Amino acid sequence: MVHRAQAGHPGGSLSEIDLMAALYSTSLRVRPDDPDWDDRDRFILSKGHASPGMYALLAEKGFISHDDLHSYRVLGGICQGHVDMKWCPGVDFSAGSLGMGLSFGMGCALAARLEGSERRAFVMLGDGEIQEGSVWEAAMAATHHELGNLKVILDRNRIQNDDFCLEQMRMFDIPAKWKAFGWNVMEIDGHNMTEIVDGIKFLDESNNAPSILIAQTIKGKGVSYMEDNPSFHGAAPNDEQFEIAMNELGAVE
Amino acid sequence: MSRMAATRDGYGQALLELADNDKVVVLEADLGKSTKSLHFRKAHPERTISCGIGEQNMLLVAAGMASSGYIPFASTFAIFTERAFEQMRNGVARPNLAVHVCGSHGGTHTGTDGSSAQSIEDLAIYRTLPNVTVLHPCDDVSTRLLTKQLADSNSPSYMRTARNKTPVLYDDVDPSTIQIGKGIELREGVDVAIIACGVLVSEALKAADALSEQGVHATVIDMHTIKPLDTDLVDRVAERCGAIVTAEDHSVIGGLGGAVAEHLSASSCTPLERVGVNDRFGESGQADEMLELMELSAPHIVKAAQRAMNRK
Repeated sequence: MVHRAQAGHPGGSLSEIDLMAALYSTSLRVRPDDPDWDDRDRFILSKGHASPGMYALLAEKGFISHDDLHSYRVLGGICQGHVDMKWCPGVDFSAGSLGMGLSFGMGCALAARLEGSERRAFVMLGDGEIQEGSVWEAAMAATHHELGNLKVILDRNRIQNDDFCLEQMRMFDIPAKWKAFGWNVMEIDGHNMTEIVDGIKFLDESNNAPSILIAQTIKGKGVSYMEDNPSFHGAAPNDEQFEIAMNELGAVE
Repeated sequence: MSRMAATRDGYGQALLELADNDKVVVLEADLGKSTKSLHFRKAHPERTISCGIGEQNMLLVAAGMASSGYIPFASTFAIFTERAFEQMRNGVARPNLAVHVCGSHGGTHTGTDGSSAQSIEDLAIYRTLPNVTVLHPCDDVSTRLLTKQLADSNSPSYMRTARNKTPVLYDDVDPSTIQIGKGIELREGVDVAIIACGVLVSEALKAADALSEQGVHATVIDMHTIKPLDTDLVDRVAERCGAIVTAEDHSVIGGLGGAVAEHLSASSCTPLERVGVNDRFGESGQADEMLELMELSAPHIVKAAQRAMNRK
């Protein structure tokens, strides 16, 4: 997708994808043939630029076709540059501007509770994204409203647009911050499937308060030259790099 | 002397009346006592969401609820809604989620809190957003009726209400005459048309009285809906009067005057004078003092009418 469009965000797509694949496979209650089903769990990709990962998953799950992936960043295509609920089935929020998904997810969680529905709201946050102040407005409000049906996965890939997070804005003890806001917190290796499945189980079973799974990930995971490389936050591989990536990922286009 | 009331009270009353619809929810950012959503909160605490002093979060919580089938009314001071402008733009207007934002205490009329609280740009900024209806009613009756209509809308809105009391104009009118998108002709004249909104509608009526004493017959329009603008009505009064004045407690840039100017420039190029806050900030003062200081009161509308007529 990103190679074809010669634009997009491969790094964060590769860091998040193990987590999202596991979530969709083991926990998320959705219906690919009825994407607007009222009682579906909501999944909000707050780091909406990491859309290639989401589109690939939606195609695997049957929300969209594999051919739809060719429309990524193409005029009129359902796979808009950043995930968009108006364009793509299975997308619950039009993200792309960082720091918005948690608040939106909180609204979904409140609505579910008000309606007496068992549905949950899952939100995928990026770590750079939590530098946005309004994330912490939402973190505080979600605990105040005791939203046990609000579940967050934090993709802690340690890299943001310009550079490593450590260079751009040190965030110090992230788990302690969420704990201090009253959240249930668990930390895992975001590429170890056993730990991921345990982590999702933790989210499923923690219903007394909002919960966050902090997943240590590697930006660009699986592609040697992208791994831990800030240059591949928002850059497309060239032809040669593309071949290498496909070989390393064992993928077919 | 007509009854005096603040438009924010009409908003509070409308929320109470809307409560029969169990999809209606109210969101607050610690100013429910001021915006008047408190009445709803007292009657329906389970459907009232306190967002603390966090407007950015509030707008998107409302968006999430709207996406789940609820009808959220979120209010705070007009000026503080502006902090969440990008949330309104990207999280509400872009996905066209029917979140209804009410900004109370708008304009310099809000008074002694001073310029930090006097939103004079809200109508302009929200008017730039696709899908968003922008309202600024002039009395508590029309505020109540328009707020209730919003609950049936499938798109988002921004409504400005005022802190302080102004004359009530619509106590005895047929409620069906007050409709989103339709300006109301309060006075029919042939010499000049004054198109006003919000707290300046009653000033426009006073101006028309003063003009009448000079033998000038002025049309007065309550243009409570800034977007979509009732362009048919603007065209009709432009044709009939040949001179137009807009009047608003808002910057002369981008609000009602801006909207009318944009329309006229593409249609009749009828002479237009804009009464509004002249690209400056306010200060502390009583509501009537502020209208005078900002050159928004009836005598200033009269002068603008004379200038517009001179340009015919």
